Amino acid sequence: MTISRLLIWLAPLAFLGLFFFYPFARILALGLDFTSLRAGFFAETLRVLGFTFFQAALSTLLTLLIGLPLAYVFARYDFPGKAFFRILTAVPFMLPTVVVAAGFNALLGPRGWVNILLTDASAPPVAFVGTLWAILAAHVFYNTTIVIRLVGNAWATMDTRLTDAARSLGASPLQTLWRVTLPLLRPSILASSLLVFLFDFTSYGVILLLGGPKFVTLEVQIYIQALHMLNLPAASLLSVIQLLCTLVFSTLYSRYVTRAIAPLKPRAAWANLRSPKQWLEKVYVATMLTVLMAFFALPLLALPVRSVARLEAERTQPVVNAPGLTSAYYTELFVNRRGSLFHVPPAQAAANSLTYAVLTVLFSLLMGFPAATALARPGKFEKWLDPFLMLPLGASAVTLGLGYIITFNRPLPLLGDICSLLGENCTRNTLLTSPLLIPIAHTTIALPFVIRNLQTALSTIPQRYREAAAVLGASRWQAWRAVDWPIISRATVSAGAFAFTVSLGEFGAASLLARPEYPTLPTAIFRFLSQPGALNYGQAMAMATLLMLFAGLGIFLIEKLRLPGTGEF
Amino acid sequence: MKKLLFVFATFSIFLASCGAPAPQDPAATEAAPPPATPSEARTLTVMTHDSFNASEGVIQEFELANNATVTILESGDAGAALNKAILAKDAPLADVFYGVDNSFLSRALDADIFDSYASPLTANIPDEFQLDLKNRALPVDYGDVCINYAKSFFSKNDLPLPASLDDLKKPEYKDMLVVENPATSSPGLAFLLATIAQYGDPGYLDYWAALRQNGVVVVDGWETAYYTNFSGSSGHGPQPMVVSYASSPAAEVVFATSPLEDAPTGSITAPGTCFRQIEFAGILKGTPNRDLAEKFIDFMLDVQFQEDMPLNMFVYPVNSQAALPEVFVQYAQVAQSPAAAPNNLDAMRDTWIEAWTQTVLR
Repeated sequence: MTISRLLIWLAPLAFLGLFFFYPFARILALGLDFTSLRAGFFAETLRVLGFTFFQAALSTLLTLLIGLPLAYVFARYDFPGKAFFRILTAVPFMLPTVVVAAGFNALLGPRGWVNILLTDASAPPVAFVGTLWAILAAHVFYNTTIVIRLVGNAWATMDTRLTDAARSLGASPLQTLWRVTLPLLRPSILASSLLVFLFDFTSYGVILLLGGPKFVTLEVQIYIQALHMLNLPAASLLSVIQLLCTLVFSTLYSRYVTRAIAPLKPRAAWANLRSPKQWLEKVYVATMLTVLMAFFALPLLALPVRSVARLEAERTQPVVNAPGLTSAYYTELFVNRRGSLFHVPPAQAAANSLTYAVLTVLFSLLMGFPAATALARPGKFEKWLDPFLMLPLGASAVTLGLGYIITFNRPLPLLGDICSLLGENCTRNTLLTSPLLIPIAHTTIALPFVIRNLQTALSTIPQRYREAAAVLGASRWQAWRAVDWPIISRATVSAGAFAFTVSLGEFGAASLLARPEYPTLPTAIFRFLSQPGALNYGQAMAMATLLMLFAGLGIFLIEKLRLPGTGEF
Repeated sequence: MKKLLFVFATFSIFLASCGAPAPQDPAATEAAPPPATPSEARTLTVMTHDSFNASEGVIQEFELANNATVTILESGDAGAALNKAILAKDAPLADVFYGVDNSFLSRALDADIFDSYASPLTANIPDEFQLDLKNRALPVDYGDVCINYAKSFFSKNDLPLPASLDDLKKPEYKDMLVVENPATSSPGLAFLLATIAQYGDPGYLDYWAALRQNGVVVVDGWETAYYTNFSGSSGHGPQPMVVSYASSPAAEVVFATSPLEDAPTGSITAPGTCFRQIEFAGILKGTPNRDLAEKFIDFMLDVQFQEDMPLNMFVYPVNSQAALPEVFVQYAQVAQSPAAAPNNLDAMRDTWIEAWTQTVLR
């Protein structure tokens, strides 16, 4: 390993080491006493592990079932509003589980639109929230965009000459699909399935909020054992198991991702697009788009609609009183109405979230760039390190949060001295109380995305172009500016927008670490949803709508700046 | 495209700079800031659970009287907040901890996170609340966890109220009760302890198996159970009976948007059906503000704060000299012979919760 390589890795590794591995190790160390675990615990853990695998596998299967046909639509057809539909499928990915659960509840919960309609028609109500179907539906809702992007990308840039050759040799469309297309798409299908499986495996908010107490996955069990039962040996053992599983998945994933870029000469994405002409094609596209709208738009729409609709003004009477449109919930966001102490105006939460997001972008780009540069031309060290960089994606947010609490609750060395020089009481000026902690935690979570995004973009810069520029007389700097910079700048903004939206929607770590005086949008939404009354619910819906708009804007930017032909992850 | 990018970047930087999180001084958000004093104000941090609530004026009086700023650190529900405090005990997150209740008291005392403080105001507190004779955890309030019912449902269907825990097993009450998961909810745990007190160990498991047969619904937390599942509150949910607090009917009256003649809900207070939950506060070990913390504990036990608590947190004051507000006297109920925490609670809590989980949820 050369010195320059070492220097490149210094910043990102130091960051991850200090803010991920070290707190994790500390909380695990607290629970090393495994002998205190009861025998029944291991049986229960096996059961929980089994259920976690089961629901993740089922969710992944359903996601593929819906995602593959949709991927085909986006890869091969051009139709009006295509960009809007793409963004629609991507918005759920960025939303915190609190908002998604609220959306599903508003649509399908005990007092959701569907059940209101059913009771009006004297039909029995639908039980959705609290069943396995709610978990599966929410997972598909979240993750379909991954399949659409990864597989859709590969499908769009696939060389059609192979399929044309198969057809000309007499294969039926179905045979072509089975024997030519799917094998060509296999790397991207596998890569997307593994990623979706990883997300479903570590899913926490969805299980807790939409599944209820009957369903316990590994992550939920960690949450219960660590935060409620204070059974640290159990929580540590479960966290280690979860980390090992994540390591296995990410190793498998990094092995397949390198093969996701097809070895054949890729076509430009737009070359494969055409408008649906035949009647069958039009029906297919229309059906798929309807499914898309029904599945993705309806739960999302429930939020803005409830944010401007006044349905139930009276708490104690079951009759709807003066239903109508109102902007009161939005204007209420700027008021701190509660007479009690620790409620800041909700608009402040929105401003906090934006600030944290900007900081997250800065930090993750600073850390991500060196790592991506090194990974674009991987040596042995990079190949070995690659799976570990994905670990933050699969690590338990609860364990990490608790690790932060016990690690960073000491006064920062330099800050403490300055503080006491000023004569103030400084024992509370620790990193834990600093508003910087949330962006740091968000950076840890966003870093794998950013690194992947930058890495794939950087690795597409053909060395030949640089050499051609050199041959034509450009200096190294000029070559960099003309060849690397356009690609890098677009990838930077795209990766930055990714980090921005991840930070906006992050809820797990923020709920554990956020101080009441610096709330974020998701934690504020959660707080308002826990309070009774139409006013609080309306404000939560208004904030959720704002969050959706910001996330949509971020995704729109990612779309615009995406390099055709490069992978997303 | 570049223009759009530029505009977006400028906009977000602008927003970020004018929205930079300034630590909002909680006490000064709506009222005038306290007059500047020559000496600096010290900060007292109080760690509580999420349900803590107090009138701003009351806390402000403490701040003015002691030249201090009070920061309330809400840290999750009762169990989670306590566990965070225990995890951080080497470098405590706050000066005072409020919100450990009698079902978790032994865990707090065993973890040795509190410093003993014999407040003079404990003289006004009846003996039944002073569970820690060493005064490490001092009682601040109490409430009874009881089953609430929706009056309209029972009168409309001409159904008699259940008179005991046994009645809940009867088929006429099928699918009517929603309870909280004792692993994640403190009223849920309180209700479980009430059934253990009534039926003993392992008799309570048979009782819960019968309840499961009778269609009991389990949710994760009190908010969901009360505001989503319960038909008597704003959620207008499917179940007319919920495990809540005996003071919740008073809350319904207080928060009603139009004046009510009677509370829409009531509590079942028959002997053995409720659990008395007492909440404690203590000074965390290692605090640098010991004297200020002591003053705050005194302030919490004193009449002004104790009289402010009922309408903010819907709990009863322990100070026998504190008077109850009118709406409490009229609508909040007191349980008859509620269950108390059993002696072997700390040793058996996890076992009981796991056995309950196996019986009811698996």
